[in-house]
Amino acid sequence: MVTVDAIDIQNVRFAYPRNEGEIYDHLNLNIKQGDRFGVFGPNGAGKTTLMNLMTGLLYPQEGSIKLLGHNTATRNKEINKLFGFVPQELSFYKELTPAENLHFFGAWAGLDGNTIMKRTRELLHILGLEDVRNKQVQTFSGGMKRRVNLAIGVIHNPKVLFLDEPTVGVDVQTRHAIISYLKELNNNGTTLVYTSHQLNEAEDLCNEMALIDEGKIVAKGSINELLEQHNTSSLENLFLKITGKSYRN
Amino acid sequence: MYKLWASILKDTKILLRDKVGLALIFGMPVLLVIIVTSIQNSAFQMVNKNKLTTVLCNKDTGVASKQFIAALDKVGLLNLIPVPAINSEKDIKQLVREKGAMIAILIPPDFSQNIHDKAKNVSIKALESFGLPADSTGKNITSTPVTLYYDPVLQDAYRFSIEGAIQGALQLTGSSETLKQLYASLNDKPLPDSTERELLGSQSPINEVPLSRNQRDVPNATQHNVPSWTIFAMFFIILSLGGSVVREKRSGSFIRLKTLPTPFWVGLLSKQLTYLVVTFLQAVIICCIGIWLFPHIGLPGLKLPTDTLALIVVTIACGWCAVSYAICIGVFAETQEQANGFGAMSIVILAAIGGLMVPSFAMPASFHTISKVSPLHWCLQAYYELFLKDGTLANVLPNVLSLILIAIIFQALTLWGLRRKNLI
Repeated sequence: MVTVDAIDIQNVRFAYPRNEGEIYDHLNLNIKQGDRFGVFGPNGAGKTTLMNLMTGLLYPQEGSIKLLGHNTATRNKEINKLFGFVPQELSFYKELTPAENLHFFGAWAGLDGNTIMKRTRELLHILGLEDVRNKQVQTFSGGMKRRVNLAIGVIHNPKVLFLDEPTVGVDVQTRHAIISYLKELNNNGTTLVYTSHQLNEAEDLCNEMALIDEGKIVAKGSINELLEQHNTSSLENLFLKITGKSYRN
Repeated sequence: MYKLWASILKDTKILLRDKVGLALIFGMPVLLVIIVTSIQNSAFQMVNKNKLTTVLCNKDTGVASKQFIAALDKVGLLNLIPVPAINSEKDIKQLVREKGAMIAILIPPDFSQNIHDKAKNVSIKALESFGLPADSTGKNITSTPVTLYYDPVLQDAYRFSIEGAIQGALQLTGSSETLKQLYASLNDKPLPDSTERELLGSQSPINEVPLSRNQRDVPNATQHNVPSWTIFAMFFIILSLGGSVVREKRSGSFIRLKTLPTPFWVGLLSKQLTYLVVTFLQAVIICCIGIWLFPHIGLPGLKLPTDTLALIVVTIACGWCAVSYAICIGVFAETQEQANGFGAMSIVILAAIGGLMVPSFAMPASFHTISKVSPLHWCLQAYYELFLKDGTLANVLPNVLSLILIAIIFQALTLWGLRRKNLI
């Protein structure tokens, strides 16, 4: 039985309008279903652009991006039911409670009232937000807000979950809780596509990774394979070896 | 439908938790309508009830100046405060300040003599024109005029009214004296008081009728101000709605919504419905205040138009236009400060060119066309048609259609802005 890739990027060319130069030129990338895939690279390498292309927030000028076999260029909103997105920004309503946020985003994700209530209960319990379910999010600490941000992204049990720096600015406990939850999701079949600057965290979470620099994939494979290929002991050394030590804008 | 309901619930909760926004949406317009109506009501009543304090310095000792003062007093525009005869302008200024007056009238010492001489000249000319013998020792008159001192703060409109009142009183005094002279020349005896009163008091009254479609009371400050400031309030929701759109944009919520399987128009429709209810509530609250509170605080009570359906349609059209404008500004503004600052300033400008602050007919001719660009102009015309002329839905239909057209333009701009910013 042939299974489709979670993500299939073929010959993608992308440039921002009004900006000089292309971000991606003939980019090819495949992410298998069930992977915990990390996308890494220095600042300005194009990680967020790649994430936006995969989630249909941007569309390539050439080539195709398929998500579980569906071409994102069709702009069919049904594709959006298949994936969840946890952006780096805390993208929710701070005036609302976690339960109210989950209710609103759950409805927009296409869930009915009963399912939303059930999922809200589950997620608030798993992510340790039960006690504050009726407090406005603007009163929360950074770590609690990150957990709300994650809960919203997974309310509809997506098959593919995109995470852009999901643990930025949180304490060790929250990071540990988030990573544990992501592993649990993956064990239940959710494909994770993840970007971060936390390379030690990536070593713990990812089984596959791509290193991108200046719009190109400069390394791809499992972490162990890559460490072996480049004869380095840590992801940080691998990163510096491939992308260099000079400052990036 | 469930998605729309969830969105409306979200927008309503966010609005209700924004205490400052609520105060701006409901509190400020209520205060504004009460304060401005009170002030304008006072101005409306100035001619009838609130007399303008006036220092009166009469340097003349003759009868004509007393007649002039009596005639001036009868106009009812001024509260005359007689002061002793003074010589310098500096003393007049001092007295005006002391008495808290806005104007001073100085009657020159030769006032009665001049009136008498002028009247005599006129009567001689009249007798000669009738072919009757007359004492032709008429004088060349060089009269000192009555002087009107005024505080520069006094608006031109008031000053012209006062000038008109003084001219009227002068004419009455002059006519009375001329009549006496003519009568005395023809009859060799003084004019009886009763005849004088009969002759001078036979002026035709003016019947003032407002051009409403149905029989209504004379328009007052309430009928003028409640519609104006209701419109202003509706458009001022930009401070809450425009800011809310910017916050959602900047927080990344718009982007997150774009990744979800619900079309974006659901979110736009939700905001429009939620804030349309808000604008409708604003209109209801301000009208209720006009109807029930105003009479208790000495202001004329608001009389609603007889065509209630037309009032509802106009209110919805105005509200939709205001909401569309606020969302449009929110989409194009980069920061909340930009949305609030530009939003507030643009509403004041649109209100000014729309005729909310100065009536359109009083604007320069070039502004008559410009005012049509302002949605507030169409709102005001529609409300005035209903509140002042008691018009019907048919009468306000052109205004309502103009408002719908402007709202559609704002919606189109909003969609263009959202696409350009890759938010939908």
